[in-house]
Amino acid sequence: MDAHIQVKNLNVYYSKQQALKNINIEIPKNQITVIMGPSGCGKTTLLKTFNRFLELTGGTQLTGEVLVDGQNIYDRDVDVTEVRKVVGLLAQRPSPLPMSIYDNVVYGMNIHRMKKDRKEYKAAVRHYLEIAGLWDEVHKRLHDPATSLSIGQQQRLCLARGLAVEPEIILGDEPTSALDPISSQNIESRLIELKKQYTTVIVTHTLRQAKRLADYVIYMYLGEVIEAGSAREVFNDPQHERTRAYLEGQI
Amino acid sequence: MTQQNQSVNYETITKPEGRHARPSGAAHRRRLDQNVRRTFLVVTLLPILLISIVTISLIVRSWPILSAYPLKDLFLGTIWRPDKGLFGFYPYIVATFWVTAVGVLLATPPCILVSIYLSEYAHLLTRTIAKPILDLLAAIPPVVYGVWGLVAIVPFVDKVLAPFSERWLSSVSIFKVNQPTGFGILAAGIVLAVMIAPLIISVMYEIFSTVPNDLRHASLAVGATQWQTIRTVVLPQVAPGIIAALVLGASRALGETIAVLIVVGNVPKVPTSIFDAAYPLPALIANNYGDMMSIPLYDSALLSAALVLLIVILIFNILSMLVIQRMLRRKWAS
Amino acid sequence: MGFLKKKRWQRRHLVETFMKFIMRFSLVIVAGSLGLILWIVVVRGTPALSLDMVTKIPEGGYYMGKGGGILNAILGSLYLASGGTLLAMIFSVPIAMYLKTYLGDSKWGYYVRLSLDVLWGIPSIVYGAFGFTLMIALGLRASLLAGIIILALIELPIMTRAMDEVIRRMPIDLEHAALALGSTKFEVALRVVTRQMLPGITTAILLGFGRGIGDAASVLFTAGYTDRIPTSLMRPTASLPLAVFFQLGSPYPEVQQRGYAAALILTIIVLAVSLGSRWLSARLNKYTIK
Repeated sequence: MDAHIQVKNLNVYYSKQQALKNINIEIPKNQITVIMGPSGCGKTTLLKTFNRFLELTGGTQLTGEVLVDGQNIYDRDVDVTEVRKVVGLLAQRPSPLPMSIYDNVVYGMNIHRMKKDRKEYKAAVRHYLEIAGLWDEVHKRLHDPATSLSIGQQQRLCLARGLAVEPEIILGDEPTSALDPISSQNIESRLIELKKQYTTVIVTHTLRQAKRLADYVIYMYLGEVIEAGSAREVFNDPQHERTRAYLEGQI
Repeated sequence: MTQQNQSVNYETITKPEGRHARPSGAAHRRRLDQNVRRTFLVVTLLPILLISIVTISLIVRSWPILSAYPLKDLFLGTIWRPDKGLFGFYPYIVATFWVTAVGVLLATPPCILVSIYLSEYAHLLTRTIAKPILDLLAAIPPVVYGVWGLVAIVPFVDKVLAPFSERWLSSVSIFKVNQPTGFGILAAGIVLAVMIAPLIISVMYEIFSTVPNDLRHASLAVGATQWQTIRTVVLPQVAPGIIAALVLGASRALGETIAVLIVVGNVPKVPTSIFDAAYPLPALIANNYGDMMSIPLYDSALLSAALVLLIVILIFNILSMLVIQRMLRRKWAS
Repeated sequence: MGFLKKKRWQRRHLVETFMKFIMRFSLVIVAGSLGLILWIVVVRGTPALSLDMVTKIPEGGYYMGKGGGILNAILGSLYLASGGTLLAMIFSVPIAMYLKTYLGDSKWGYYVRLSLDVLWGIPSIVYGAFGFTLMIALGLRASLLAGIIILALIELPIMTRAMDEVIRRMPIDLEHAALALGSTKFEVALRVVTRQMLPGITTAILLGFGRGIGDAASVLFTAGYTDRIPTSLMRPTASLPLAVFFQLGSPYPEVQQRGYAAALILTIIVLAVSLGSRWLSARLNKYTIK
């Protein structure tokens, strides 16, 4: 397996409480990895360690390593903004920035000074809105405020904004939980299309979504990884009793 | 969110018909409740009433001079000789404006920076230390600020800032040192800046906390630095609140009396430089209260000065409060 | 390898470092001003501070540097501030209760709070001038009573808002539980809210007192100044801020020194009150439901 992210001996503590216990996993390149488990099991915490969002919460401590392409993102001389450029995030609730649709997509590119002139920016905005499946709906009103979009459209806009800084990895923290079924399906099909180019890690608590999306599955329980493996193996023949119980709907 | 529900619940609960049957004595208790309610209502209207009473009584007392002289003579007249019947407020109004402007301008950059630091960067520990420091700074009485100004700021202006300005800025007229004593607009402005800083910082801090964290995270998630996030996402959101906080600070500076009086020099001339001594309106009122009744119209003139201050401060105050309250409410709504 | 390495000399990182630096610097300036003020007052005030200063009233020739102290001003200020705080309490407690139990976050609650904030912003010189017109209207002379009334007006908004802020955080459940048990709103206010209000009231008293004792511009008009200790509400009274102010203006260095000492005494009282309110409200908060 070609691992894009490797997690080694990762422990996370919230003040005194241990949230993640000795995590050792590998996340395969250009596949969709789904992290699942009952609520409070540390799925989101694990996801937040991948783009160093955990440190935005006060009072957290972390030991161990998270390697992206072999480089530990928690090394002293690592630039956290570079990490977040490489590892994009699709949040649980769509969070359009309080500016126009166009400016939302341009935002990250501008921050990193990725394009030279307006022409390039315009082309890029179109490109990423097309990838996110939003172009046809918004190309006539690019300069409307992003908040005028529906929730589902907002989430696709956030996807476009995230992709525009050319990440290699996309994290999704229950990215469809705030959306209606049709919008959810739309986002899911985008993610499946995108997996050829991006390594994708999704946290979900719905088993059905996990089955629809996953190539690789990580099952967590009470801060520990119980089982990790290819989707076919885990869903059809779980090795661990707890995983079996979860898949059968007992937890 | 909960706040909204709360007021809805009040409505449903206070409706008498919506309640269960009461035990005996209920009628009496309900009557007591209503009486207390009425009394409390009257007391509660007191603040609103008080603003009107203060304003009206000052209008009444300043009416003699406002009707005796054209407004132009009062507010644009430059000569103040009450014994000769000349009441020109112009030098005092200009002085008030200068002192306030210098105070607010000096306070603005550090206040914005400190409130950003406290709300966006500082560790919990720094915050818990900073809060009591600001509270203490706000608690120090004006007259003690005056002592500090007299002992520390006036000599500082005289020995350090004035020579510096003479050396480097003498070609700019507002920095010209005309009578080097240290007493003057700049000294008053520095003292005022420190006096209004705690208020401005705490209001700005509140305003910053109205910006939802989701927005900050959205920016950080694409790899923006914290300052980039603040500049492009947070600041545009809070800009009206920042301006309102500064206006609120200005309204405090406008009325500050004793501290300014001690360091401003009290020379009734139209100032042309920040190193000039000046004579703001509050100082005028405070310095002459003793002679008020001795000369005709003098008391009316001084009270009309108070009226002018009050009106300007009320306008500044209400405008800034409306903006600030609206921004803070948005936080509850979201 | 090393593609995530920090490029320290990249523009945005330089800007970040610079901004953080000037922010910390500003914080140091603000905190430093407090230190500087306290330091100046202590250094200038201690040499003239003596037992006589706090136990004697001015003797003959005091204002030319002879013996005596400022007990008149210390006591006068304590009378003024205590009286003002007491009077303001009588009005601010019902207002705060009414705001909580009847108005809540309604439109009228908003107006009342706004007008309290506006009152808070009116400078004390204007209150003083208003007090002056009031005294003329009532035929009152500069007196302890007039000073107390004006200080009460100045303290009222601060105290009410302080109480309001504390009891606003009172949990709704508790109140609804009491209402569900069949209490009228007044009974709720009295039993539940009063108990919960205790920290709010304590904070308010100390805040109001601190503001009242330091106020100079308003008592200048209303309380006057005298070398004697006031024996009745209708007599004028001295106050600490004015003692500082008048002595600073003296041409005699000894008298100026005493002005600094008076400022030190005033600062100590105000800081003690301010720190006391922090400590007390932190303690009292432990005993109320949050």
